[in-house]
Amino acid sequence: MPSGILVLGEATEAGKLNPVVPELIAIGTRLGGPVTCAILGSGIDGLGADCVAAGASKVIIVDDPLLAEYQGDAYAPVAERLCKETDPSVVLLGQTMVGRDLAPRLAQRLGTAAAMDCMGFEMNGDKLVAERPCYGGSARARYTINGTPQIATVRAKAQEPLVPDPSRTGEITKQAAGITADAIRTRVVNRRKEKSEGVRLEDAKVVVSGGRGLGGPEGFLPLEELAGVLGGAVGASRAVCDLGWYPVAAQVGLTGKVVTPDLYIAVGISGASQHMAGISSVKNIVSINKDAEASIFKASRFAVVGDWKEIVAAFTEEARKLKAS
Amino acid sequence: MPHIICLAKQVPDPETPASQFKVDEAAKKVLPVPGIQPVPSQFDTIGVEAALRIKDKLSDSIITVISVGPDSSRDTIKHCLAMGADEGIHINDPALANADHWATADVLSAAIQKLAPYDLIIAGRQAVDWDMGVVGSTIAESLGVPVVTIAKEIQYDGGKVTVERVLLDGFETVEAPTPCVVTVSNELGEPRYPQLRQIMLAARKEVKAWTLSDLGIPLPPNRVNLEALFVPDTSVETEFIEGDTPQEKAQKLAARLRESKLI
Repeated sequence: MPSGILVLGEATEAGKLNPVVPELIAIGTRLGGPVTCAILGSGIDGLGADCVAAGASKVIIVDDPLLAEYQGDAYAPVAERLCKETDPSVVLLGQTMVGRDLAPRLAQRLGTAAAMDCMGFEMNGDKLVAERPCYGGSARARYTINGTPQIATVRAKAQEPLVPDPSRTGEITKQAAGITADAIRTRVVNRRKEKSEGVRLEDAKVVVSGGRGLGGPEGFLPLEELAGVLGGAVGASRAVCDLGWYPVAAQVGLTGKVVTPDLYIAVGISGASQHMAGISSVKNIVSINKDAEASIFKASRFAVVGDWKEIVAAFTEEARKLKAS
Repeated sequence: MPHIICLAKQVPDPETPASQFKVDEAAKKVLPVPGIQPVPSQFDTIGVEAALRIKDKLSDSIITVISVGPDSSRDTIKHCLAMGADEGIHINDPALANADHWATADVLSAAIQKLAPYDLIIAGRQAVDWDMGVVGSTIAESLGVPVVTIAKEIQYDGGKVTVERVLLDGFETVEAPTPCVVTVSNELGEPRYPQLRQIMLAARKEVKAWTLSDLGIPLPPNRVNLEALFVPDTSVETEFIEGDTPQEKAQKLAARLRESKLI
């Protein structure tokens, strides 16, 4: 009889626990637990205690040089084995670069399904009911899954983590991956970072985004300055990426990135469905637009009508003062 | 002569204004908007673009486009043929009207096996209606071939592909032996738009219509149940920040954000 929750966790490149893992553990706990958390990686020995403090009652550390960097061919068989050994009712992963790739493969291997990018969960008896945005955030869908285990990936910040408590106790075990290099059919030949100083768009607590209303690529300079003051990242609408005003890597929206900052400042963005799809779970949107009828105002908590250049310049100074105080 | 199979889905136009987007909650379906035609899912046309870039270099490449869907999905196949794909397969069977992502992947896997040999299967990273993002990887597992997801560039090079894959903070170059599946992302670039001449040429290209019995498979089971579909209430109380000068507005905004502990 399958029971309990298996969290398939991951480490960051720096060897820390990915911030989504405590959120997954908190969801698993709320769904009734008990939560077993498996972390796959290399040189991740120390992360077991963090998982226990976050609420996991069992932790399985799978530490293997072959798992140092994510490769589906290495992770999928390990995840499959962990599911068979722990026989969970529910498996949770982050909607991260790892989870997006791994969850559907794992589901197919186990003959079950994965609900992707979920934001809400409930148990109805032993059935997981997973709620997720679809149609670019215009609609929400609730799914149940026929197979076992019931797999879901979770959007970042869908749930507050539990307050870490070092007095929590749990069993931490270590095991080998049990895979060999020849099972990995793909080969990473090169990996390079984009030269971006500061915060990543996906991790940023504050995102300052620009649209066509900026008038030209130079409009992004004051936005970068403001993002710098607020410790945030810069995003862009599809229109300006298509125009070549800003790199496509910063595109927020349906065909770009989904972001989950605490504060989203939209400058010169009208609020097309395409763009709103990327910020459908952001609670605090500030929009600055000269058009009082801009549709983004309807979704905004704070709205400022006026010339964006003057407002952003003055606001940047105010923010600088507040940050210094 | 690489054989490239592109998967393409027809979807309601994602640019439909939010005010016109409506859902039939009882039927758990999105209502079509009069006057707005369904379109090919954008990531899928980006996939066809990736295939065409290979064909631009290796002109004897054959690009087959497969779409599962009702009669109107033929338009999506025709669009891909007008972009420059060579042939189309339209899997059109009323039994598939409520097929979920996994049943659709099973049907596509069967169709791909019928089209073998193939070198490369290209899918969008997700369809822009349900945004589930599972079909490409599921097919790869089902066919037992490698998969590389979220690509911004695909180079085909007899027996292997070299894929630039998008990471959170950069890119990685991954090599995979063919046959394999690659899913593509918007970073690959804009799909080419069919020119009039190509649209006319495409009219002569063949679109085969297949049913489940042509594939020789029974209706695959759904693995998920759609329990509810609704439009979330995203309306927020909007506070307009007033002021006589930009400075005054900026000051008030900063003060309100500080009160709300947002800066």
